[in-house]
Amino acid sequence: MKIDKVNKKSFFQNFKRYRTMLLMLLPSVVLVFVFSYLPIGGLVMAFKRFNYSDGIWGSPWVGWDNFKFFLTSGKALSVTRNTALYNLAFIVINTTLEIAFAIILSEMAGKWLKKITQSIIFLPYFISWVIVGSIAYGLLSYETGTLNGLLGSMGIDPVNFYGESGWWPLIIVAFSAWKGVGYGVVVYLAAILGVDGSLHEAAAIDGASIFQRIRYITLPGITSTVITLTLLALGKIFRGNLDLFYQLVGQNGALFDKTDVIDTYVFRMTIAATDVGQTVAIGFYQSVLCFITIIAANWLVKKKDENYSLF
Amino acid sequence: MSKTVKTAKSAVRTRRRPMSKDVICFKGIGYPLIFAAAALCLVPFLIVIGSSFTSESYIIRNGYSIWPGDWSLESYQTIFRSPMAIIRAYGVTIFVTVVGTVLSVFLNTMAGYVLQRKDFGWRNKFSFYYFFTTLFSGGLMPWYMLCVKYLHLKDSIWSMILPGLISVWNILLVKGFMGGIPYEMTESAKIDGAGDFSIFLRLIWPLSKPVVATIGLFTALMYWNDWYNSMLFINNSNLYSLQYQLYKLINDARELRRIAEESGIVVDSVPIESMKMALTVVVTGPIVLLYPFIQKYFVKGLTLGAVKG
Repeated sequence: MKIDKVNKKSFFQNFKRYRTMLLMLLPSVVLVFVFSYLPIGGLVMAFKRFNYSDGIWGSPWVGWDNFKFFLTSGKALSVTRNTALYNLAFIVINTTLEIAFAIILSEMAGKWLKKITQSIIFLPYFISWVIVGSIAYGLLSYETGTLNGLLGSMGIDPVNFYGESGWWPLIIVAFSAWKGVGYGVVVYLAAILGVDGSLHEAAAIDGASIFQRIRYITLPGITSTVITLTLLALGKIFRGNLDLFYQLVGQNGALFDKTDVIDTYVFRMTIAATDVGQTVAIGFYQSVLCFITIIAANWLVKKKDENYSLF
Repeated sequence: MSKTVKTAKSAVRTRRRPMSKDVICFKGIGYPLIFAAAALCLVPFLIVIGSSFTSESYIIRNGYSIWPGDWSLESYQTIFRSPMAIIRAYGVTIFVTVVGTVLSVFLNTMAGYVLQRKDFGWRNKFSFYYFFTTLFSGGLMPWYMLCVKYLHLKDSIWSMILPGLISVWNILLVKGFMGGIPYEMTESAKIDGAGDFSIFLRLIWPLSKPVVATIGLFTALMYWNDWYNSMLFINNSNLYSLQYQLYKLINDARELRRIAEESGIVVDSVPIESMKMALTVVVTGPIVLLYPFIQKYFVKGLTLGAVKG
């Protein structure tokens, strides 16, 4: 790596040297500036009572009022709690399923059976959440849903899924798993196959059962990957999956107490565009929370294994 | 125990020897579990397909099911009598996906390339510039106002392309991959007088096919499935993305009526419930049909990312 450290070049000399590379960076730098950094500047609206006629600069300053209003309304606790709890559930349940299925697939005999099973489990990942919403409707609709049709044929009263929120934590977790587990299975299967095969052979010769092999070779072999991925996922614990929640729940207010996350709440407020300052404040609140958790998670990952962290 | 463990090979490949008890137990639980999972993944699709071929009256009486109790093509006939909305949406989405993916892959790989150039003294600063955006963001509202008020992206097809072009995650992936290409190659090309851009295009790009394919596929999938940007920015029904058009048709009864009226269909006779399923099939069809051919590239790409590091 021959980098010239002997002559510390001046800024302009470097600029000339790097000009082609800088040009190559220019488009993405500009796009990132426009779509990522400018909105950060817009956060100042969180401290104002924004109105369109006065614009960003002219609108009156209200300090922390927007934040106070949001934090003292019950909504803050409700959506934050929902966001965190759902993400936690997703992480625990999806990871468990992914590891279990990956292990089963890795020990499966029959190349074609393995491939087809994995392909089928991976399929839901590719369809859009709009389609998942349509499928959910097909299953859960009060009049025409498959579930209620089945219940009816067994003589049980139909359940008004879209009218009451009780079942929805389960429904949401189920659909999150249905759509996402295939992806995780691919990742964990790769990790499992990365474990030294000769370890397994040696253990088998020594008379280890398949359960022992899994417990003492496979699982320890992928622990590093699991911890890293879990930590990174925990870093995003305050960021809700808007697609999932909005397509399944939509504007259905009856379900909000159990299904509203920060992102859907902000999304609805953005579309309605009634109180801009408030909406920006809530987004600011979420960004700060995420900043803290992502930094913490990445720091933990870096402590564990330099290679995996992002910085 | 020793009876079933004769050789190393047979211990691991138990197909020809009788399976030992633990393996039977494992497979006895594991196989049904995973086949049940696969069935659960498949069944919702079957319900949608089956219901799309069922008559409206049957659905209203008995609900959606896998097997068409009363076979009928009326939902598809209605759609194909007034297909323009779907066709237009397909056109929009194909355009957005192709243009978006090509541009995005080009810009992201170019950035990733520059960031891994060891002789680029400013690369850490720029890396931080990109990377910081994954740590902190301004939130939805400022971004929305920027796009609508200042960039005038409302009802523009570019509103569906531009915001998603740069993906810092993809840039970092490319940076990691290209960083593995020996620097000596770049060095000797520079000695031969090649410029930075042509080194990128002619030398490094062909060597980076795996990572380019990976981010290309995932970017294309993202653009194809997008409904969000249409919802926020598009009021002109001619510019709806495919998924957003489906969303409107399923969730907004007026949209269904509008489509029906467009081609003079008597509104009351529209088989709404079966049409929702048929529309879902028409919109999903291509992805599911292409799936067997492209899924292995996604698997390869994910595996590449998983084993990296």
